[in-house]
Amino acid sequence: MRNLFLAAVIAGATLTQPAHAALNVFACEPEWGALALELGGDNVSIYTATTGLQDPHQVQARPSLIAKARAADITVCTGAELETAWLPMVVQKSANANIKAGSSGSFEAASFVRLLDVPAKLDRAEGDVHPAGNPHIQTDARNILIVAKALSARFVLLDAASAPVYEQRLADFTSRWTASLAKWEAAAASLKGTPIAVQHAGWVYMINWLGLKQIAVLEPKPGVPASSGHLAQVLTTLERQPVKMIIRAAYQSDRASQFIGERTKTRAIMLPFTVGGTEEAKDLFSLYDDTLKRLLAGAK
Amino acid sequence: MRVIASTLCAVALGLTAIQPVYAASDEAIAALRQEMKALRGDYESKIQDLERRLQQAEQRTPVQPDPVPPPPSAPASPSAFNPAISVILNGSYAMSRNDPGAATVAGFALGEEAGRGDRGFSLGESEVAISANVDQEFFANLIVAIGGDGAIGVEEGYIQTTNLPWGFTAKAGRFFSGIGYLNEKHAHTWEFSDAPLPYRAMLENQYGDDGVELRWLAPTDFFLEFGAEWFRGDAFPAGGADDNGAGTVAAFVHAGDDIDESSSFLAGLSYLRTKALDRDTSGDIFTGSDDLAIASLVYKWAPDGNPVQTNVTLTGEYFFGREDGSFNGVPVDYERSGFYVQGVYQFIPGWRIGVRYAGLETDDVPVLLAGSVLDDFGYSPQAITALLEYRTTEFGRFRAQYTRDDAGLEPDDELVFTYTVSIGAHGAHSF
Repeated sequence: MRNLFLAAVIAGATLTQPAHAALNVFACEPEWGALALELGGDNVSIYTATTGLQDPHQVQARPSLIAKARAADITVCTGAELETAWLPMVVQKSANANIKAGSSGSFEAASFVRLLDVPAKLDRAEGDVHPAGNPHIQTDARNILIVAKALSARFVLLDAASAPVYEQRLADFTSRWTASLAKWEAAAASLKGTPIAVQHAGWVYMINWLGLKQIAVLEPKPGVPASSGHLAQVLTTLERQPVKMIIRAAYQSDRASQFIGERTKTRAIMLPFTVGGTEEAKDLFSLYDDTLKRLLAGAK
Repeated sequence: MRVIASTLCAVALGLTAIQPVYAASDEAIAALRQEMKALRGDYESKIQDLERRLQQAEQRTPVQPDPVPPPPSAPASPSAFNPAISVILNGSYAMSRNDPGAATVAGFALGEEAGRGDRGFSLGESEVAISANVDQEFFANLIVAIGGDGAIGVEEGYIQTTNLPWGFTAKAGRFFSGIGYLNEKHAHTWEFSDAPLPYRAMLENQYGDDGVELRWLAPTDFFLEFGAEWFRGDAFPAGGADDNGAGTVAAFVHAGDDIDESSSFLAGLSYLRTKALDRDTSGDIFTGSDDLAIASLVYKWAPDGNPVQTNVTLTGEYFFGREDGSFNGVPVDYERSGFYVQGVYQFIPGWRIGVRYAGLETDDVPVLLAGSVLDDFGYSPQAITALLEYRTTEFGRFRAQYTRDDAGLEPDDELVFTYTVSIGAHGAHSF
């Protein structure tokens, strides 16, 4: 009888404890959720806090996010103050010491990449400036590989038992990504030097990667909606220096770029910006496939 | 043909010239071969090992595409550990038909701060918030409110754990209670410029006191949080710090989740029990207990969950309370209730409109208290408020708010213009 009871307890314990507990990943943005899936596969269970149609600067610290953060072993976020309006509140309310800022369960992608647009002057009169630099690093596909190596190492640190799996997946991802990079860069060769206008200064890394030329920004200051006065200025600039296309992210309103596009007979192009921004951008690979397809169509 | 022949000759000569090297015995050659093979194998395995280690090292440390300047080392100054500081400033211009100083809420004894603001221009309460981690275990936060008249008060000053296991968070010091929805939010984050009627009448705008709090976040897939608090009992509706300075207890449960990609909710049930010992509200003395239960529901909607262009917030709370004791020496035991519902709609970026309706009910008073503040003269206080708001950014805000106030015995119209700005460290906002 006693043996039977013991057996039942052991069986119960085995049932509640899966053979291998997956790492719980709380990804702030879809690109990092997609990367965590590439690198972790079945060893990670991923919750992505925002979608490609949401502005990652302005997300509410929703109750659902707090509940998901409580269970997280690691947060995978952009950092560089992109999530400063909501993530600290979510982490504090989650009462989860694993993901406190500075702990090994708090992964900030931007800290592994050299940031561009580091402001010379910190003043809110300059708009929504990020002291560390421009946080939209995922618009350069080369950055994904840098972040992938760091993230894989972090997975190994947190879940050493599965280290061979993470290392193997990273090697596999690296070879596929390197091949894709060559393909994308070849396809984008014709885009070099193409003059463009952007709605939000969120494309500096892509511009740097593909050698595009940014002529104008529709937002007068980062995060400040375009006013009619500023748009008139942009029109004058674009009359003198015509651009091939006006770029905006999927989560942004198309009004300002359509307005300028119609008046300057320029194409207004919507890019996915992240995974899920468009229907075609289903994962990291198709994100850049779709971005390049749309850029090339815009440059025609 | 001759060229080929002479080349062959040269090769043959060359071979003969090299021959002496191999003039050793076959055995020696074999031994040498063996040794070289062993050496080569050894080196190859060593090189392979080095290559593998190099590769691993590359995978572990972030590799930069360009040479990166080393991060600037933090300046070795004593100010390097300065806490985050932010300041909230607000000012207003108010117009009203009746004297705001004489404003009442029929049937309710009001705390001092539950009155209406002055007419004309005035600088509202300025807030200075200072916060930082104490160490790996605690976070500390101090919020000092400076009244327009120069009076300085500690609005909140608490320490909070950051490292407790199993979803627990503990807090101690002075802080706003977690009851209701609006109560623990700072007034400058409310969607309207003032507290709705039930908060004004039953909590003197909001309940904050000196005490301790323990919260537990349940390990559920949706948000489920329990909290318990124990306060000194000095703030309205408590008073006199009865029970040896531990006269107030509170408990609450919050639950919330996403309904779909565009909408989410937060619901709450709260209970507050306070004790008053000679609580003085404008000369009226109450000794006894006050029980208050609050049910709250908040619903937020934004297209695709992106609130930047348009969004809607609906909030409703229901208050039910009972006071039992003696009021100006007369034994009393009365129930009262109140509610408010409000909706705020951002129709274009920066612009929001809102409307709020609030009401209160209270029991009849004993004959001996007829004509006192507790006598509502058969009147049910209510107020309707309309709001227009413009934000320059999330740091700057202007509001025009009109209230038709039917709370006192004489209806009042009130129009208030306010600005609220926040400078300094960027705080995160709660839901």
